[in-house]
Amino acid sequence: MTHTIEKSQADTPGPETQAMLEVQGLNGWYGESHVLHDVNLTVNKGEVVTLLGRNGAGKTTTLKAIMGLLKSRSGSIRFNGTELIDLPARDIARLGIGYVPDDRGIFGSLSVLENLLLPPKVADGGFDLPAIYELFPNLEERLDSYGNKLSGGEQQMLSIARILRTGALFVLMDEPTEGLAPVIIHQIGHTVRRLKKAGFTILLVEQNFHFARELADRHYIVQEGKVVDQFRNDEIADNLEKIQGYLGI
Amino acid sequence: MFELLGIPPQALFGQVLLGLINGSFYAVLSLGLAVIFGLLNIINFAHGALYMMGAFVSWMLLTYLGIPFWFALVISPLVVGALGMVIERTMLRPLHELDHLYSLLLTFGLTLVITGVFQNFYGVSGKPYPIPAALTGVMNLGFMFLPIYRGFIIVMAVIVCFATWFLIEKTRLGSYLRAATENPEMVSAFGINVPLLVTLTYGFGVALSAFAGVLAAPVYSVNPVMGNDLIIVVFAVIVIGGMGSIMGAIIGGFSLGLVEGLTKVFYPEASTTIIFIIMALVLLFKPSGIFGREV
Repeated sequence: MTHTIEKSQADTPGPETQAMLEVQGLNGWYGESHVLHDVNLTVNKGEVVTLLGRNGAGKTTTLKAIMGLLKSRSGSIRFNGTELIDLPARDIARLGIGYVPDDRGIFGSLSVLENLLLPPKVADGGFDLPAIYELFPNLEERLDSYGNKLSGGEQQMLSIARILRTGALFVLMDEPTEGLAPVIIHQIGHTVRRLKKAGFTILLVEQNFHFARELADRHYIVQEGKVVDQFRNDEIADNLEKIQGYLGI
Repeated sequence: MFELLGIPPQALFGQVLLGLINGSFYAVLSLGLAVIFGLLNIINFAHGALYMMGAFVSWMLLTYLGIPFWFALVISPLVVGALGMVIERTMLRPLHELDHLYSLLLTFGLTLVITGVFQNFYGVSGKPYPIPAALTGVMNLGFMFLPIYRGFIIVMAVIVCFATWFLIEKTRLGSYLRAATENPEMVSAFGINVPLLVTLTYGFGVALSAFAGVLAAPVYSVNPVMGNDLIIVVFAVIVIGGMGSIMGAIIGGFSLGLVEGLTKVFYPEASTTIIFIIMALVLLFKPSGIFGREV
């Protein structure tokens, strides 16, 4: 009951402080096909960083490789100094990385409450249920519903909400706005901003450039399994044409 | 007392009781198969052989070590369940990525090996196992006499089925299991050790079959092939109930035992085939089984 979202705001560090996640020379394969080529990227503590790119560019695969769900990978992924490249997904999660997958990963045969309580706590200081219900009031009304009865927006909120309970302060979020109505996208944007304020570090995959632009500190452009460019958010206006060229919009 | 279609009530109730006892074994065995199939996607053909081992371990405990039934009821499932976990780790896990047919063939082969080894040492004639002293005798229910041990089997089967259902549907561990059945990758991305969960689940399913074996020891003769006929019926039960469905296994097990018992009263010629006729009908009209989810 004591934990509120604003509470940890005070100890939120500035974005420049230290690298939380450092990916260097990351290569990845789906079977025989080489899909990630020497990906380099850094996410600093307290930042929201996006991976932008067209469909099939390798953004989701990059998140899966970080999470340990891409079985065949090489290079270096360091999280708070720990090398992840040889660790299985369950150990990576235990280090404090939360994963919100592009299909939302809701368990249809579990109730909303069971989905919420499923991920084990990996660190102290996660949100308690009242704090989660404050952030996502719709979920509280649907605790007994089964996961497969939820709307897309509710599933997305549940997917984010259940990570907040675990105490993981680093979240990999894969296209949280995909296929959702503008009003829900707005709510999710609001949530991401509050999480950032609460001290979360977020690596966000997005196709929705306008959504990304309103939230992120920095952006990486991913093309054909490579990081080809990067921009700070305040550089976007000057590079708009270039970015739109990359994204094909 | 009334007579139904010329059947004396004693005969009717006797067959109902027998049906419920068979149904108890069907339920506990198909429950173990359902738990295993749900998470591992393995059709555990060795289930009948492991049931037989449960009965044999119980017989060995009594014969060689003088350990009575009540302790065997706990020790035997633990021993056979542990063996199951070794089988999962060493033999089934390497087949995980391959077609399900491979694990079916492996467990079928294991059945032949286990049955063969026991036949080699114990022959095919049954070993007697006494009914525990506290459960001997009969109880007069007014309308029929109930052998106490047979009533005990039904009560134990109901308790074990309910406890398993509760564990899977109502506890945190059960929610891990259901979630891993649906999407193991996502569960591992939350920091849960899915391979360990798989091993424990297989061990638990096997322990259930061994538990049924211990219960069976005093009523059926303990012999190396005791699981063979039973397991075929149990496979029919889980197809009818719905592969991997917990409720389907429990309700299907008891009710099909009952149907079989009643068939023995009204049309004895069909009593050994009735379950397979029902299976064929279910496959025709609802291929995923009565409690199964449509794929």
